[in-house]
Amino acid sequence: MSHVSQFLFRRRGHSNRWHWTDVVTWLWLIGGTILMFGPALWLVSSSFKGPAELAEFPPTLLPYQQITIAVDGYDDPLPLYTVQTEDGGTRRLAEIRRIGTNAQMVDPDAPDERIDVNIADRTPVREIGLATENYIEPLLANDFLRFLWNSVFVTTMATIITLLTNSMAAFALSKYQFRGRDAVMLIIVATLMVPLSVILVPLYSVVNATGLLNSLWGVILPTVATPTGVFLLRQYMLTIPDELLEAARMDHASEWQIYWRIVLPLAAPALAVLAIFSVVWRWNDFLWPLIVLSQRETYTLQVGLNTYAGELNVQWHYILAMTVVTMIPVVLVFVFLQRFITTGIAGAGIK
Amino acid sequence: MSAIGKTLGSVVTLPLIWLARAVDYPLRWWQRKTGQGGMAAAFLAPNLAIFGVFVLFPLALNFVYSTTAGTNVLLSDRTFVGADQYARLLACEDYTRAITCREDLFWRAAGNTFFFVILQVTMMVVVSTITALILNRNIAGRGFFRAVFFFPVLLSPVVVGLIWRWILQRQGLLNLIMVNLGLDPEVWLNDRTYAFAATIGVSVWAHMGFYTLILLAGLQAIPRDLYEAAEMDGTPPGRVFWRITLPLLGPNLAVVLVLSLIKGVQIFDEVYVLTGGGPGTSTLYLTQYIYEVGFASILRNPGLAAAASILMGLVLVVLTLVQLWLSRRSEGKGRRDA
Repeated sequence: MSHVSQFLFRRRGHSNRWHWTDVVTWLWLIGGTILMFGPALWLVSSSFKGPAELAEFPPTLLPYQQITIAVDGYDDPLPLYTVQTEDGGTRRLAEIRRIGTNAQMVDPDAPDERIDVNIADRTPVREIGLATENYIEPLLANDFLRFLWNSVFVTTMATIITLLTNSMAAFALSKYQFRGRDAVMLIIVATLMVPLSVILVPLYSVVNATGLLNSLWGVILPTVATPTGVFLLRQYMLTIPDELLEAARMDHASEWQIYWRIVLPLAAPALAVLAIFSVVWRWNDFLWPLIVLSQRETYTLQVGLNTYAGELNVQWHYILAMTVVTMIPVVLVFVFLQRFITTGIAGAGIK
Repeated sequence: MSAIGKTLGSVVTLPLIWLARAVDYPLRWWQRKTGQGGMAAAFLAPNLAIFGVFVLFPLALNFVYSTTAGTNVLLSDRTFVGADQYARLLACEDYTRAITCREDLFWRAAGNTFFFVILQVTMMVVVSTITALILNRNIAGRGFFRAVFFFPVLLSPVVVGLIWRWILQRQGLLNLIMVNLGLDPEVWLNDRTYAFAATIGVSVWAHMGFYTLILLAGLQAIPRDLYEAAEMDGTPPGRVFWRITLPLLGPNLAVVLVLSLIKGVQIFDEVYVLTGGGPGTSTLYLTQYIYEVGFASILRNPGLAAAASILMGLVLVVLTLVQLWLSRRSEGKGRRDA
């Protein structure tokens, strides 16, 4: 055990004294871990609570469910309560119905006798339990599956097209000498300065004119020609030796074959980084889909979630569960591919 | 498991491979006809076409829109009004008081964005610098903690907004903590100041991991022997920080500063989900103003939105030029050092 703590709390140098910076470091790291993971864990925990528990204050940290019990003579299982009796003791009763401030209850062991109890005297009997219906019900409803499918479609298509068009452009810009190459590079640099939020109105008009409004392609196409992707791939392709291309040309390979069979496989690491980024970008996209998609059946998950959360009667128990589902792909990317992303950011500063 | 993966992989890749084979024949013909120059054009064509239609053309079109009036998006149904939209945006009796402006919402949004950016960027730089310095220390589980701070970066803005809306609501986690500390619960997002502070805190929470990584890369590029030499000379740690770490981290700090400025000016998604711009107009920022005037509200006026977006774009262009200048300078410096 002491080995473990020694390892965990090893410090600068070899002195046994704790420097104040060590204290700050660990406070910052532990506090940071709680602050960064805590909100997401709280979301997951809340997403397994039923509507009644969600409305409670103070909230419980873990999801609880009220125990129900089958009582002879009643079709549905009845909720179980602990009731304060007049003599100061407690007994467990099942509730049949509530009338005003009184509850009609029944002893599960003696179902024939009905007992009237003031609702202030009863507390629900609960155990830790997961309200999985929060997940199952929206998944069975068409809406949510539709949003999910739309998001998957947009993400997949946009990523494939991004990889294809960006790598083709990067190939031309890194492996060919031609007039106007610098001009093309300049245009691409310049468009780095043009974020979507600056061209919302005219872009909407273009998408409208091309008939892509309320179509998933209207979400996909404007985002695929990312300058960052072209840059990233071009920088990588510059490191591929031209001799390989020359050798293939000797063997009468066409230029397309050189691109497809030689350069693309060799650029796989850069393509992988761009693919991960593209998936995260497209999956998380919000503002542009919000503008293009105005019919419910075309909503992506993000737009659908926002619509649910904006309704007058916010059904938090469904929204929280759907938020968790929306988080899942990104969390998977985070767990398995985090290393690629961090090197991508540290290397190219892309986001 | 891997068999399923393979099948799934081939479902996606097989059509692409067939497509690639099919494309080869027309391209061979094109290559014979035009040579290498023509091939370069062919490879550039798809990307540039999409670029042209969905970025360059709209960029030019934006100026046209900003000089027209009307509620219809179709250009043929709009009337030319010259610089009227700009004049409307800029008409103000007293620029420090948004209420005296003709388009007071725009000035409110601009003012909010200004204060948001100043506070958020300051907080972002300070928090991510401290985090990077700590992660650069020789601590156990460094990779784990680096991942911890990076985690929110990948979350979608909608999810970020919803998570925090859930925590800050009346029956939320923050109020649970408040009650346990013996304080009174608050309805955080209904209060102007708290809501504004929440948008800053939440956006720092969501994006600091990205900037921390950039700074961490900078810290790791500082040669170790500088620190060893300082230690040999018995230089106090404070002095080492101010004389070695901070100056050598300078270029990365500048990049972080400008990048977070650029992102901060455009803040929209998470705030829109978190507060919707409210209460009142206390968290209404420029992009939401453009979105609402352009698309959502009953005051719909695409020309005005276009003019506002061009004004915002000018700020962004200046910031981006500063960034390019800074990164070129730091590159040049790196080359000189090497």
